[in-house]
Amino acid sequence: MRRPSTRAANAPYRLPPPLFDARCRACWWTAATLALVLASFWTLDLQWSQFVSLAALRSMGRFIGEFFPPDASPEFLAKVVRGTWETLAMSALGTLLAAGAGVLLAVPASRMHAGDAARLRTPTRLLLNALRAVPELVWAALLLMAAGLGPFAGTLALAVHTSGVLGRLFAESLENAPPGPGAALRAQGVGSARVFLYATLPQVLPQLISYTLYRWENNIRAAAVLGVVGAGGLGQLLAFHMGLFHMGKTATILVAMLVLVAAVDALSYGARRVTTR
Amino acid sequence: MPALARSTHRAPDRDPAWLGRVFWLCAAVVVLWPLAAATEFKPWLLFDARSLGVAGRFLRGFWPPAHSPDFLVLAASEAWRTMAIATAGLTLALLLAVPATLLSTHVLSVSALSGRMARGPFWVRQSVRWALVVLRSVPELVWALVFVRVVGLGPTAGVLAIALTYGGMLGKVYGEILESGEAHVTETLLRNGSSRLQAFLFGLLPQNAAELTSYTVYRWECAIRSSVVLGFVGAGGLGQLLDGSMKMFNGGEVLTILCVFVLLVALADRMSAGLRTSLG
Repeated sequence: MRRPSTRAANAPYRLPPPLFDARCRACWWTAATLALVLASFWTLDLQWSQFVSLAALRSMGRFIGEFFPPDASPEFLAKVVRGTWETLAMSALGTLLAAGAGVLLAVPASRMHAGDAARLRTPTRLLLNALRAVPELVWAALLLMAAGLGPFAGTLALAVHTSGVLGRLFAESLENAPPGPGAALRAQGVGSARVFLYATLPQVLPQLISYTLYRWENNIRAAAVLGVVGAGGLGQLLAFHMGLFHMGKTATILVAMLVLVAAVDALSYGARRVTTR
Repeated sequence: MPALARSTHRAPDRDPAWLGRVFWLCAAVVVLWPLAAATEFKPWLLFDARSLGVAGRFLRGFWPPAHSPDFLVLAASEAWRTMAIATAGLTLALLLAVPATLLSTHVLSVSALSGRMARGPFWVRQSVRWALVVLRSVPELVWALVFVRVVGLGPTAGVLAIALTYGGMLGKVYGEILESGEAHVTETLLRNGSSRLQAFLFGLLPQNAAELTSYTVYRWECAIRSSVVLGFVGAGGLGQLLDGSMKMFNGGEVLTILCVFVLLVALADRMSAGLRTSLG
């Protein structure tokens, strides 16, 4: 008797896969996401009626109408220009301080070569993570107590948060630097400080500069709003005039912020196109 | 060549690059001076007796962190509210971003299949893009300030602020992702008479689904961070609690809230990293 062939003559009849399968990870993720979204809307006491009703729409229209005409008197414009300059200066100085602190923190936070014990690596990285985890605005609110109201606190806040970010990025690029030149110098008995200055740093310097410029771009945007807690720049003007319901002046400041952000975006886009061509 | 041999053995008497060094030092001072003046950069103010006293008292208050059960429950519930504000805001942002992406994607243009895009569709796409840029350029904190005026204090303002800013961001980046991929499949579908929505669902979306999801999850993580900040202008959540504790100089509560916040961010970070690796 011939044994039946293991291969069926026709394609075996298969049911389509079931829609839900206990081992389907995507299904579980989708279910969890849906549950999270539903729970979020459920637990937040959102006042939908406040902005979808006709009265609310009318009040919102009136609110937007108050923005017009924006205040364009020369003395106020001069004030806004000063605020913009203050914002730019805060971001530039904050980023510069952060770049310096970032390099100083990145050196203990990185393992320079295979034989490096790097005992400080873990604690320094923890410190960097802590600096980075707290947002600029929270740092600004904390530093206001020591530095007083004004742009100085904002500059320090930007510097503290950004040194966490840059320190981490710098440490990564120091660890990823090509080891050859450093190893050659060490083999000649050159001390670690000079190995760092003459072999490792020159190799990664372009990368460090491009990270710093990228963070500067971010910090200009951040500096524009830091003032809302009282730390100087355009944000402080905005919070002040909005608090007093000077809607025309608020509109001018908002326009200045938009122009600043758009200019930074355009500049960085242009610079990237020119340099990567 | 005896002269050359001697000169290689002797170090130069003075730094050969001194002129450049002095020039760059002067240039740095000239550039930094106005910056320092504009930011009222006076570090010594940090160390005068009065501000040291204030800061010292505040810092001494940090320890021990507030750990009464009531406060821990309050902090946990505010942490959940922060996460809920971010999630709800991002959901609304998707409602804004997905239609805007469908309207503004160049790949889904039928008239662009044969030469240039027609003028009408071009301007529709361009104006949607500009609207997204404006939504994105206003920082979420400013949106929150505006909405706190309109709908009052509470999470509604935070949700709306995140919805508008992130709607703009997501719409713009979704468009870039869809246009950077291979357009071949979509184009073939459109040429053979499928509708734009069909071409999107069967051509563009499957190709880019992983990237789109991973960017959305990354933005969710960012939204959690920024919803804490939004609390400072009265939009609910951990930020509002932190603002209150800071105004009352209650250092212990500030430390506890900061720890809860760092834990929340780390948790979101882990979740989003796990999700993104499982998406591949």
